[in-house]
Amino acid sequence: MAAWSPLEWPVLRQFRSGDVFGRGPAVTSPTTRHIAPRTATADRVVQSVCPFCAVGCGQKIYVKDEKVVQIEGDPDSPISRGRLCPKGASSAQLVNNPLRQTAIRYRAPYATDWQDLDRDTAIDMIADRFLETRRRTWQDRDEHGRPLRRTMGIASLGGATLDNEENYLIKKLFTAAGAIQIENQARI
Amino acid sequence: MANADCIILMGGNMAEAHPVGFQWVTEAKARGARVIHIDPRFTRTSAVADRHIAIRAGSDVVLLGGLVNHVLTHDLYFREYVVAYTNAATLLGEDFRDTEDLGGLFSGFDPRTGDYDPSTWAYAHPDGRVESTGGEEHGASASARAAGDQHGSGGPALEHSTVLRDDTLQNPRTVFQVLRRHFSRYTPEMVRDMCGITLEEFEYLARSVTENSGRERTTCFGYATGWTQHTLGVQFIRTAAILQLLLGNVGRPGGGIMALRGHASIQGSTDIPTLFNLLPGYLPMPSAGLHDTLADYLEEVASPTQKGFWAYADTYTISLLKAWFGDAATADNDWAYDYLPRLNGPHGTYQTAMDMLADKVEGYFVLGQNPAVGSANGRQQRMAMSHLKWLVVRDLNLIESATWWKDGPEIASGELRTEDIGTEVFFLPAATHVEKAGSFTQTQRLLQWRHQAVEPPGQAESELDFFHELGRRIRERLAGSTDERDRPLLDLTWDYPLDEHGKPDPEAVLSEINGYHVTGPDAGRNLSSYTEMKADGSTACGCWIYTGVYAEGHNLAARRVPNGGAGIAQTEWGWAWPADRRILYNRASADPQGRPWSERKKYVWWDEQAGRWTGSDVPDFPVDRAPDARPDPDLGGAEALAGDDPFIMQSDGKGWLFAPTGLVDGPLPAHYEPQESPVRNALYPQQQAPARVLFPREDNLGAPSADEPGADVYPYVFTTYRLTEHHTAGGMSRWSPVLAELQPEMFCEVSPQLAAERGLETGGWATIVSPRSAIEARVLVTDRMRPLRINGREVHQVGLPYHWGVGTDAVVSGDAANDLLGVALDPNTQIQESKVASCDVVAGRRPHGEALLRLVRDYQLRAGATVGTDSARITDPARETVEPDPGDDEQGSVWHTRW
Amino acid sequence: MGQLSGPTDPTADAGWPADRPRKGFFTDTSICIGCKACEVACKQWNDNPRDGDLELTGMSYDNTVSLGASTWRHVAFVEQGAEQIAQARRSGRALVDLGMPTVRSAAPSPAPAPAGGTPPDVAPVDTTPPDTPEFRWLMASDVCKHCTHAGCLDVCPTGALFRTEFGTVVIQPDVCNGCGTCVAGCPFGVVERRSDGTAAPTTREGQRKGEQPPVPKRGVAQKCTLCYDRLLDDEIPACAKTCPTTSIKFGDREDLVAVARERVAELHAQGMTEARLYGANDRDGVGGTGSVFLLLDEPEVYGLPPDPRVCTTDLPEMFRRATMAGVGMLAGAAIAFLAGCR
Repeated sequence: MAAWSPLEWPVLRQFRSGDVFGRGPAVTSPTTRHIAPRTATADRVVQSVCPFCAVGCGQKIYVKDEKVVQIEGDPDSPISRGRLCPKGASSAQLVNNPLRQTAIRYRAPYATDWQDLDRDTAIDMIADRFLETRRRTWQDRDEHGRPLRRTMGIASLGGATLDNEENYLIKKLFTAAGAIQIENQARI
Repeated sequence: MANADCIILMGGNMAEAHPVGFQWVTEAKARGARVIHIDPRFTRTSAVADRHIAIRAGSDVVLLGGLVNHVLTHDLYFREYVVAYTNAATLLGEDFRDTEDLGGLFSGFDPRTGDYDPSTWAYAHPDGRVESTGGEEHGASASARAAGDQHGSGGPALEHSTVLRDDTLQNPRTVFQVLRRHFSRYTPEMVRDMCGITLEEFEYLARSVTENSGRERTTCFGYATGWTQHTLGVQFIRTAAILQLLLGNVGRPGGGIMALRGHASIQGSTDIPTLFNLLPGYLPMPSAGLHDTLADYLEEVASPTQKGFWAYADTYTISLLKAWFGDAATADNDWAYDYLPRLNGPHGTYQTAMDMLADKVEGYFVLGQNPAVGSANGRQQRMAMSHLKWLVVRDLNLIESATWWKDGPEIASGELRTEDIGTEVFFLPAATHVEKAGSFTQTQRLLQWRHQAVEPPGQAESELDFFHELGRRIRERLAGSTDERDRPLLDLTWDYPLDEHGKPDPEAVLSEINGYHVTGPDAGRNLSSYTEMKADGSTACGCWIYTGVYAEGHNLAARRVPNGGAGIAQTEWGWAWPADRRILYNRASADPQGRPWSERKKYVWWDEQAGRWTGSDVPDFPVDRAPDARPDPDLGGAEALAGDDPFIMQSDGKGWLFAPTGLVDGPLPAHYEPQESPVRNALYPQQQAPARVLFPREDNLGAPSADEPGADVYPYVFTTYRLTEHHTAGGMSRWSPVLAELQPEMFCEVSPQLAAERGLETGGWATIVSPRSAIEARVLVTDRMRPLRINGREVHQVGLPYHWGVGTDAVVSGDAANDLLGVALDPNTQIQESKVASCDVVAGRRPHGEALLRLVRDYQLRAGATVGTDSARITDPARETVEPDPGDDEQGSVWHTRW
Repeated sequence: MGQLSGPTDPTADAGWPADRPRKGFFTDTSICIGCKACEVACKQWNDNPRDGDLELTGMSYDNTVSLGASTWRHVAFVEQGAEQIAQARRSGRALVDLGMPTVRSAAPSPAPAPAGGTPPDVAPVDTTPPDTPEFRWLMASDVCKHCTHAGCLDVCPTGALFRTEFGTVVIQPDVCNGCGTCVAGCPFGVVERRSDGTAAPTTREGQRKGEQPPVPKRGVAQKCTLCYDRLLDDEIPACAKTCPTTSIKFGDREDLVAVARERVAELHAQGMTEARLYGANDRDGVGGTGSVFLLLDEPEVYGLPPDPRVCTTDLPEMFRRATMAGVGMLAGAAIAFLAGCR
């Protein structure tokens, strides 16, 4: 900020600016005079899509210092024309919510509380259980000797909030593993 | 939708559930379109509609059937359209018997199994035979073939496309005449008595719809789960489809029936299905006994001699197998077809829950979904999870499905003790939509790519990263295995390019979904269209309907030309399947000669000079097939499509007023009462949908229906729904302070009359009791709810939003409405009936602990509710009902009906 | 005196160059769907904490109750029966009879062709709603009015409030000392001070029910800024940008008032004579407001004062009388003095 000049003294400013009653430019504070919206100061803007309902409203994600600072409608979208409903407008809170869980939690059998787990251990444990269950519950043929080649011991629910690419990998992996009880919200 | 002249919103609450989509309705209305909202409740949609018409929940087929009857009896249908584009003129076989003949059932019902054998519903065959659904099978096996879980979007194939027709529509065996007779009992008076809609309201509705249909005008329907979540949900939609076809409102701008879906990528997760019965692109999962070999499978999916694009299912299937199993899929091993697991019945989420209770399921992945709150009969869901060995929950917040072992309702009631629950629970934090790149497919079949904005925090990661890594480690553990059952996992193509953190590139996955040339001069090049696919292993494709989204290696889902470009169809934003079309079956927007029906509703038409179809959208038709072309129908496939066969995915190219195959609960819609209803079906002696899927179990008891003894114990109808301020089971909204404060507490909506009857007051508490559970809710007494006169009796409806659940982590929690629901399913879709059931309402809060269980039990005893209640397949006049096999939990073996 | 009452350009009065158009809102409640996206977008943009107790109020779907220190947009829900609707139509017609607003005889413009080109003559379909519906559900998004003569601004002793170059009224939290004079100065009850939490000192801090979320800028008066920071960057306010049905429109006040008048005329032509404008009359007690509303009933029904009047309106009169009294007293004293001298 430039060096303070006596001319900036509010009373003088009031008369200099013509705002004699002190209701306009004369009373603005330095903070006010240098205000800028965080949409303008963001490092980058990323085009995205609202994660709530199926309308598919366009969103603009404003990022500053690798944090999401604002999410609002994308006026370019022919679907939503920049508008968002209350849920869509709350998207930034979905990302920055102080209640959000960002750590893996593990509950051992019969335990009364959670404990921490690192990612490597967690995925290893799940992979082991996956294969164990698959081995134990494998069905090769039905009672007529027709091929089944499956496990009825592993089920999955979810997908309507996931990406196509994610659903594709889930379906591909589970089908190859012989797990067939794969379901999502489309049926609920 | 913005191009419609009249919009009927029914079975949905668009302004509340899809506020931003509703801008198009607002716009149409500003241009003079009439908007009518038909719903049990007066909602925010009703508030801005021209008119709200209150309807009794679950009676929609009566109203829509009434409209069909009105259109037929007053000759208000669009004759030219109906004759040319629908199967109205097609003749049915001699063996078909309608509900008119059989007391509310169609021919072919087997009360032992509860299934229909659809063979008598077929078209008459030119050489006198009845067109069979294929093969030599009969009876039960034929009905099993039609089961909803075994077919893709085309339904089962018609073997041929040759049919008998009577273009005068006079033959009593024409679909048209059958339709006329079938709907004749759906009179305005019947609508009044069953739906609670006055004659004046019906007249207004009928006039609005018919005056806004035809050459110059179009009417559009919008629905949501208010139609699908019923034991005959598919038939709700079918009735509307029949009406829209009769009025010529399909395939034209401002027409159609819009499914207003509720989740960001619920369409995508059906196209690339995380569903048990489908493979990508609506190819069915193979079933044991029906699809034992690839040849059987392809024969069943689509006969190469039927009309339309399903005839090329062999190219789609083999390309999928190539995409998944790469070099291991060869002509010699039938492209690794045997790697696929087989179904032998429905394995939907509710059957799976029953399997968990029977200790058949050990492990369960819950991915961004909250079944402890969001699924019907929540107690059953939570108890089911307590039987698991291991549970993996991936979500943003510690949802109730992850914490039921600690703070769930069954812990509070003493039914479960944390220390006794052996389930191992993994909670893995997920990435939000801005922390990963990928595509959603929205309700209008549009794929939109999201770019990644930031990295996920802490240990959070995307499903893509997690499942890629899980797959990698599973394959690592199996490496070197000689067990034949491990081949599919080991041969799986899982070599996606990785970034510096070892994460797979989502665009590479999209590229595989789109498909590519495996061999030949173009090897490695992405496919541009599904018509490029071959059945010889030279192409690979993960989902044939998405082919083109990554054409020439360009991610078209990421296209973002402002406003979608200049054209009316706004095609330069994202990518719509199939082949970037915005309106399906748009050949029907022109008359049989290929001219627009009217200047006002011009969309796609035949350009005589150029000899091709043109217009504002990608024509959904062979582009050079002249309107007067009449190829030999025996050619099969797209070659067989005549110039006036706009419905190119149907095996005869016509819109189906009558569905000769593909549905398991009847070729025409017929009204049946919901599983639980205080009303007797006035249309037929048959009370409930005969082919509905039942789970008669102690933990899923039903309330006695209509005038059965004990029905007065649960005298009211309740319906569940969403609010604008929350999202489904609350996982993405109840943790958000700004959303939670807008709708902080579970409440129920009741009419002033019901409030007076039960001593309820606004702001006070009410306890709602069903045969499954009892919940408490704050009370809103409102004129937006009003009692309806049904068959001379007053019927009260109670409104219950379903967003709350019992837990301690969310900003707000509360009792879950879905705990009240029983599980009874539509046999076509395996979707549960959650929009209507019976309950009682009393003032005050519910008891806790043991006392709560006593209250529920007490009600059950008073009502005499047993596993036999509402379980009869055929409503016998003598009211003899089911005699269940006591103590047998397994579904399928308990339906011993005696009459 | 234009600076304290009656029609004026408040931006110029405050010493800004006179050629700046005054910005404002037009909230058309006849197309509001009560989704509350405006409330959420506002809170997100302005980092306002939740301020409710997370309890159902029982007031239809309204659980935030009123505008306040942290709720700068608030959606009211009003359920009405046939009698109240008929009454609203009567009072709306009466307003027309009084000459406000002007109803043009022209019917709303015909529907444009959806697919381009000229639409052929199509028999018009009657779009008139049935005479008087039995029931209706009114929804209206309220906001700071950004008055022409803003009581809050004129009474502020610290200069914390100022008139912006857009003609809006904004509080500067870094200047405000929390004296609260503006709270009493607002005829609409819009301004409120951020609670410092002392009313419930035992409440734990947190987001869940029964907990007190962290409150920034405690003790400072707060209200809508019409997104002053966004306007500086040629962005539109968060609420208007998000509104799904364009019930909230943002723009030059002059244009918005013209649009609003047309919309009232259109609704009247459709028989909805209950439509009327609020805040568009520059001769009302606050000189008209920057936020103009189209209402479907009397303002009181929505919780708005029917005849708002800024407390400074009478200042000239009060000064005049005080001066006269002073002069009179001086004169009296002088006379007494002179008389005493004698």
